[in-house]
Amino acid sequence: MALHMMEASEVAKKVINQEELFILDVRNEADFNDWKIEGETIESMNTPYFDLIDGVDEVLPQLPEDKDILVVCAKEGSSVFVADQIVEATGRDVSALKGGMKSWSEHLEPVKIADLGDNSALYQFVRLGKGCLSYMIVSGNEAAMIDPLRMTDQYQAFADKIGVNTIHLIDTHLHADHISGGRRLAANNEGTYYLPSKDAGEVQFDFTPVEDGQEIVFGQDEVTIRAVYSPGHTIGSTSFILNDTYLFTGDILFLDSIGRPDLAGLAEDWVADLRETLYVRYKKLDQNLQVLPAHFAKLHELANDGRVVARLGDLYEHNEGLNVDDEDAFRKMVTENLPPQPNAYQEIRETNMGKLNPDQEEETEMEIGPNRCAVS
Amino acid sequence: MNSDKLLDAKGLACPMPVVKTKKEVDQLESGQVLEIHATDKGSESDMVAWAKTSGHELLAQEQDGETFKFWIRKA
Repeated sequence: MALHMMEASEVAKKVINQEELFILDVRNEADFNDWKIEGETIESMNTPYFDLIDGVDEVLPQLPEDKDILVVCAKEGSSVFVADQIVEATGRDVSALKGGMKSWSEHLEPVKIADLGDNSALYQFVRLGKGCLSYMIVSGNEAAMIDPLRMTDQYQAFADKIGVNTIHLIDTHLHADHISGGRRLAANNEGTYYLPSKDAGEVQFDFTPVEDGQEIVFGQDEVTIRAVYSPGHTIGSTSFILNDTYLFTGDILFLDSIGRPDLAGLAEDWVADLRETLYVRYKKLDQNLQVLPAHFAKLHELANDGRVVARLGDLYEHNEGLNVDDEDAFRKMVTENLPPQPNAYQEIRETNMGKLNPDQEEETEMEIGPNRCAVS
Repeated sequence: MNSDKLLDAKGLACPMPVVKTKKEVDQLESGQVLEIHATDKGSESDMVAWAKTSGHELLAQEQDGETFKFWIRKA
């Protein structure tokens, strides 16, 4: 019998591989209801640690005999406090989540989407805790990234492992739900940070503006990334097409939903742009393009191997947000009854503009909670 | 605000601020007030939630710089 500290990466593998796990989440009820670890094979219950100070007897009957048990809290301390008591009371092996929900929120799981050529490949980084997706495109010993997050150490470790320099750092738009790692990675690697010019009006630092049709060609295999202006989530939102095969849609189009136009306070103004992008611009593109969004909303969007990808033409058949014929009904869908806005989204936007410079702890606080960039 | 006892939980990480608060409250007579000072950010919402489930009354809370202060009256 022992207490074992489980890494966020182990939990991520269990979610992706659909392994059974029972989670006792000991945060307070409000935090649990707002946001928790989810998965097809994850069963969870909530009893706050402060109800278990005098003993864990009340939860013991509810712990399944036949499943691994993981105790989870915000940072780590309370889960160890509770897990220790369960080990003592039952003699079972019990795990506690190392680093708590903070590390779950920040963990990135890299999955290979495909090889592009003999010396080039495309990787997707799945942030299971928050639903963010970011991408590394490798060509020889150079790499580009699309929508990199602030956890730059994890990208750097991956890049070092496969022996590449990330020199092109690209954001599809000025993000409101997470702090971009693009500027930091560019500075660390003497790379270039690209941002769509129409989103960069208030940006306080040097960057390379991206315009419609612009191409970035790099590396041994000369992979080509082409910009396609596609406004609607923001006025500058830009999609990127890789080697005429992959379409990075940012926060405009997801597999099971579409982007929301309200996070910069201009929902009504941007509805027409969003409609034009989804119902005209994207329809003119090759329907065999493989769509790679910047988020997933629900776990069923992950394939068995953890990848989040779908053919554009298939989305026109199955994604409800692409099948609202009536313009007025569409306007209502994307402007009314929207989910709550992401935590601290104004401060996050200002951080991404370079107007705010939070320390690491403040950055973590700003991003805590679920992602809410889709309309449903 | 008047209190019968002060618990200094500054510098302690979760779960200790609430654990110590509970132990101190257990020692008090009904109606007495415990004042708690903590610096752990999580204690802000947890103290409120604990008071609610334990039945004690959270009389007041305030933030003074990095320190969160709470006054809890024992039920």
